[in-house]
Amino acid sequence: MLKVEDVHVYYGAIHAIKGISLEVPQGQIVTLIGANGAGKTSTLNTICGLIKPKSGRITFEGKDITGMATPEIVKMGLTQVPEGRRIFANMPVYENLELGAFLNKNKKEVAEAMENVYTRFPRLRERKNQLAGSLSGGEQQMLAMGRALMSKPRLLLLDEPSMGLSPILVKEIFSIIKELNEQGTTILLVEQNAKMALSIAHRGYVVETGRIVLAGDAKELLESPEVKRAYLGG
Amino acid sequence: MEVFLQQLINGISLGSIYALIALGYTMVYGIVQLINFAHGDVYMVGAYLGFFATAILGWPFLPALLLSMVVCAILGMVIEKLAYTPLRNAPRIAALITAIGVSLFLEYGMMLLVTPQVRTFPQVLPEVQYKLLGNLVITNRQIIILVVTIALMLLLQYIVHKTKIGKAMRAVSHDKQAAQLMGINVNKTISATFAIGSALAAAAGVLVGIYYNAINPLMGIMPGLKAFVAAVLGGIGIIPGAMTGGFLLGIVEAMVSGYGKSLYRDPVAFVILIIILIVKPAGLFGKNVREKV
Ligand SMILES: Nc1ncnc2c1ncn2[C@@H]1O[C@H](COP(=O)(O)OP(=O)(O)O)[C@@H](O)[C@H]1O
Ligand SMILES: [Mg+2]
Repeated sequence: MLKVEDVHVYYGAIHAIKGISLEVPQGQIVTLIGANGAGKTSTLNTICGLIKPKSGRITFEGKDITGMATPEIVKMGLTQVPEGRRIFANMPVYENLELGAFLNKNKKEVAEAMENVYTRFPRLRERKNQLAGSLSGGEQQMLAMGRALMSKPRLLLLDEPSMGLSPILVKEIFSIIKELNEQGTTILLVEQNAKMALSIAHRGYVVETGRIVLAGDAKELLESPEVKRAYLGG
Repeated sequence: MEVFLQQLINGISLGSIYALIALGYTMVYGIVQLINFAHGDVYMVGAYLGFFATAILGWPFLPALLLSMVVCAILGMVIEKLAYTPLRNAPRIAALITAIGVSLFLEYGMMLLVTPQVRTFPQVLPEVQYKLLGNLVITNRQIIILVVTIALMLLLQYIVHKTKIGKAMRAVSHDKQAAQLMGINVNKTISATFAIGSALAAAAGVLVGIYYNAINPLMGIMPGLKAFVAAVLGGIGIIPGAMTGGFLLGIVEAMVSGYGKSLYRDPVAFVILIIILIVKPAGLFGKNVREKV
């Protein structure tokens, strides 16, 4: 469904992504794990057009989307829940969700999508008139995910959804990700929490300093000595 | 007391003008963090367009106002595209210097086009004075300024809060990357912001032409600076702040003149700027938050 081929990204003189290739097959959860600064966020941002790669090719459902503008890519059914949630803190919850469906002109469909989000995240319904900035960390993550779901993406990129959350909330978020996937959304999940990510994923990639150093079946990666040593604490 | 009330009436008219110009400053700052120093000159161009429509084409007030607003909206978008878009990712100082360049270009370009001579607005709205409570005077022009200003402010609030482009403007000013992930076209949204801000400045220009009758190519400098002070006073980037700041500044100035200190009228605005920067740099409506990184 998504294919990234030999992508290079620079920030000025900094060579942040040094030839990353990866594939996300339809219907799967693929995870990209790695330490802080490895290049995970840069990879996701390049896929959704927020950063232009110096070279390489990105195709989504067979179409070349390299260098395409982000709104065009979102329109094709690919969106991202960014690192740090990036909700619109000074707007109420419902307005954040409305913005998630910005490209949809059909009011009825938007209302349905919002209803679906509220059903999936009942806490957002309770707080729909509250300013997004006043929500707790977990609720903000749910809002960020709900907002992305408003555009009914076929491929959802998630950047460290567990960041800063308590273990109980992390579990809840991961079970929602799994559920989303079971209901048909393909997922590319970026995580530092390697164990959790690999336990729900089908495939995994390990990134180090802008390169993929390991790739394979998630279960196998979970067992591999390199991953155990570097990411699972022994 | 009578002087006070009379100056309050005069101050509200002057404040309407400042508020309309301040809105453009604050909206543009809110979305691209640029102090658009050419904004006062867009107001000047608006006044000339009003003059052109009324004196040369012989149009009545409302169509002249609309023409001026539409043409300045386009002018605002052209300035943004040609001068500021290429500098979107450049250091802020580069954009600021460019804004000053655009300002000089508009001022002296206009001089070249229409000569530096002061023009007198035709009497599209002959003045009628109404007496209230004894000796207080309010003119029909003052009423029109206030009515037009309030109508435009209500329209702006509607656009910003209820329409798609308004929601996009708020999203982009909060977080450009997140806005893009919603499918919002950031360039178009910034363009629309310049258009709306410039149209409001144009309205102020036409209203001033009608109120004071005289216009010239450098007329935008002082009101531009004062509207900037008004925007900072209210909290730069905050729309209700610009409205309040504009009215407050107009009223303070009118009071200073009314109590016989008209020589201090201009300095007082800048004293206010200095005080607000020392005491509450985020402005009356601003929260003192750390700069976003
Ligand atoms: N906007 C930026 N400007 C300069 N360097 C950046 C920028 N964003 C990221 N980097 C650098 O690129 C590398 C990869 O960063 P990032 O993609 O954020 O990693 P991760 O998400 O895996 O923590 C890091 O060395 C980081 O310092
Ligand atoms: Mg990251």
